[in-house]
Amino acid sequence: MTIAVSSPGLRSFFRPLFDREYCDGCGQCAVECSFNEIRMETRAGRKIPVANGRSCGACHRCELTCPRGAIRIKEDGMPLRPHGVWHADAVNRVHLQAASGAVALTGLGADTSLPVYFDRLLFNACQVTNPAIDPQRELMETVTYLGRKAQSWQEIADVSSFHRSLIPLSMPLLFAPMSYGSVNLSFQLAMARVARKKGLLWYSGEGGLHRDLYSYSDCVVLQVASGRFGVSREYMQLGRAYQIKIGQGAKPGIGGHLPGEKVLPGISETRMIPLGSDAISPAPQHDIYSIEDLRLLIYAIKEASGYKPVCVKIAAVHNVAAIASGVVRAGADMLYLDGYRGGTGATPAIVRDNVGIPLELALAAVDQRLRDERIRHRASIIAAGGIRNSGDVMKAIALGADAVAIGSACLVACGCHVCQRCNSGKCPWGITTNDEKLAARLDPAWAEERLTNLVEGWHHEMREIMGLNGIYDIGSFRGNRLILRGVGLSDRELAVLGIKHAGE
Amino acid sequence: MCGIAGLINQKRVRENGSRIKKGIVLQTERGNGLGAGYAAYGIYPEYADLYAIHLIAVNRQSLEKAQKFLEQHFFIHAAGNIPVWNHQINDHPLLWRYFVEPRPCRTEHTLSYRADDYAIEKVMEVNRILEDAFVFSSGKNMGVFKGVGTPQEIYDFYCLDDYAGYCWLAHNRFPTNTPGWWGGAHPFNLLSCSIVHNGEISSYGVNRRFLEGFGYYCRMQTDSEVVAYLLDLLMRRHELTIEEATLVLAPPYWIAAEQLADEAVRDKVIALKIIYEAAMLNGPFAILAACADGLFGITDNTKLRPMTVGRNGAYTFFASEVSALYEMDEDLQNIYMPRAGQPCIVRLDADGTPGSCPESDYICSQIIQ
Repeated sequence: MTIAVSSPGLRSFFRPLFDREYCDGCGQCAVECSFNEIRMETRAGRKIPVANGRSCGACHRCELTCPRGAIRIKEDGMPLRPHGVWHADAVNRVHLQAASGAVALTGLGADTSLPVYFDRLLFNACQVTNPAIDPQRELMETVTYLGRKAQSWQEIADVSSFHRSLIPLSMPLLFAPMSYGSVNLSFQLAMARVARKKGLLWYSGEGGLHRDLYSYSDCVVLQVASGRFGVSREYMQLGRAYQIKIGQGAKPGIGGHLPGEKVLPGISETRMIPLGSDAISPAPQHDIYSIEDLRLLIYAIKEASGYKPVCVKIAAVHNVAAIASGVVRAGADMLYLDGYRGGTGATPAIVRDNVGIPLELALAAVDQRLRDERIRHRASIIAAGGIRNSGDVMKAIALGADAVAIGSACLVACGCHVCQRCNSGKCPWGITTNDEKLAARLDPAWAEERLTNLVEGWHHEMREIMGLNGIYDIGSFRGNRLILRGVGLSDRELAVLGIKHAGE
Repeated sequence: MCGIAGLINQKRVRENGSRIKKGIVLQTERGNGLGAGYAAYGIYPEYADLYAIHLIAVNRQSLEKAQKFLEQHFFIHAAGNIPVWNHQINDHPLLWRYFVEPRPCRTEHTLSYRADDYAIEKVMEVNRILEDAFVFSSGKNMGVFKGVGTPQEIYDFYCLDDYAGYCWLAHNRFPTNTPGWWGGAHPFNLLSCSIVHNGEISSYGVNRRFLEGFGYYCRMQTDSEVVAYLLDLLMRRHELTIEEATLVLAPPYWIAAEQLADEAVRDKVIALKIIYEAAMLNGPFAILAACADGLFGITDNTKLRPMTVGRNGAYTFFASEVSALYEMDEDLQNIYMPRAGQPCIVRLDADGTPGSCPESDYICSQIIQ
């Protein structure tokens, strides 16, 4: 049995406040709230909204859809006597579990207060001796090729087929795997359209590929996860590339979990499982108990797909550099590294918040290890997990990533306010839900526009950051750690990140 | 800002350093007295088959250590002070040179090494491991002479009137990012490749990491160092031609590469861009590079640093400023201003036939149009 960690054990931390002066009792808020926080009552002959005070999660749906602008969400936690250890979250969690005996579930990435290393890194800029480049006036290029490259010119047997075996991106950005089921088709469609339009890639996630999206398969990386959902002969022909999912940053060591109530007709068909049955992916892939087994699966997928690039997704864990080396030597063409802050549709909070290591440290360690072993050219590194803006993207690139995948940022672009209740299936913004009424709230055309804007805005900023460093091609930014300096980091942290401290 | 100059005679006619000195001294304003240097090819014909190791040592002790290291790994056929005239510059490190041949390797592992790889490995070991001793020149029948001072001072200091070379490089330094010290002056050299550079390499951070993956370690505290090592890697180890190497260091934009009409050329340019992404140079640069096959100049894609070329018969001259070209040769027949990003390559004649005009070697302009 599982319960949502966001459902309060004491009472809700937030509360919608209604401004009676503006409210005309239209009742829209009660319709919009998918968590039944708001009900309409008639008092003194007037219809008014009333908050239950039990389930507001600060999704801000009612506030932003109120036609009269009459609602504000306020923090409304139960004040507890301050305690250095027993802070409100800890108390709440015990109350919850004592009441239910369940595993507390949550959605999105870890919300702990551990340091976000991206925030401790600062970029360099040109002054005097080296002119900054103005991206408004001069050519700036972000073309990126993903896949297995070569260490030298002599290694290439066939020049004409070499770059055609790789995947070109117009900029080093991808849409992270979010399965059909965890999100809905409208959202996947929006990602697919933007990926096509902007020369990017999107990932299907582990839920297979819905027939309606077959026409976008030339820019999709299809996933083969431990549940093998949706994997068929046809599926093995469709994708631009394939991804073997070993682990996920939000839940290293455990498999995906889609509750039966979310397994609706389209999802059941795409995943090839009975309607209403729980789609529980095993923790390991049951044909991969060792690195040799991984190699077998990589080559099985290559054989089945006509030698398309194969990506292996692993979570950032303690020994990630050695694991990455093994994965690359096993034949992976791309390594997808998902960090501690990586998002999820549903995961036990205890796992999300306590397992794995931050992306920044893992990425730096993996990139250096692959270079030390002189196999860096064999696989592209895709970094993911808590990327919030183009600054994070460029910091990851400077640390050594070939490209960066964004998931949560896409949700936020389409209305999400990070209420962390993706697991509920009641996403009020119509993204992480397949409830017919709720899902209808997400207009794919609008979502496409929002994602396009996000990508274009970030692209401008990425070029700005390159330009102010006097770099016109992202290739000279990639792995260029001299561009970064750390602030407030220990010698150990700086050593792992492979950067100098500010002022050095 | 720095000044650069170079000259080459394609028929390997040798001359002393007086002309190249005039070319670089005229550009005194481009430096600040914190570094200057020269490279000369063809100066040690009597030891043409031996690696000429030029060594900087801060003190006696480090010199002895370095000497011992060299004895361990090489047969030293000749050794001695590099002759200097220290009337103007008297605060200088110890400067020695050795003409060496690799010792037969003892272990099976090193047996597979070619002599050049062996020599580079040992040069890198001196620079990495020994304190206060640096090899700054290691080619055959060539040498680098550099230090802290103005071009005139360094020229006089090393008595370059007394050397005769068919190809010369010169540099006048205005250090910006790094201290002015003897090892940090240009040219930078590794075996037969020497370079002088005007500009700043924004891609240094990744160039350096890329090189480390091939056993090259940067210890000279300045960005330009990577170019010499990159050229050795590309041209000697990866067997690229000069044209291909310049495509790697200063590649055409993606937008230009993707629009190349000839499919085979396009595939090749794209493949080089992908494989050698981390070897690409970014930032403003004008670089003159000398190698076993000749002399060539490259600039960045927006030509943020100047480069001019002049020709007279078998002679080709390069300089930051046109005035310096005339200073080296009053009777120039042609003057060229290479377009941004386009290399200018001058090859030595193997058979003694008259040299080709440099514009015919504008490989990129031919490809891209």
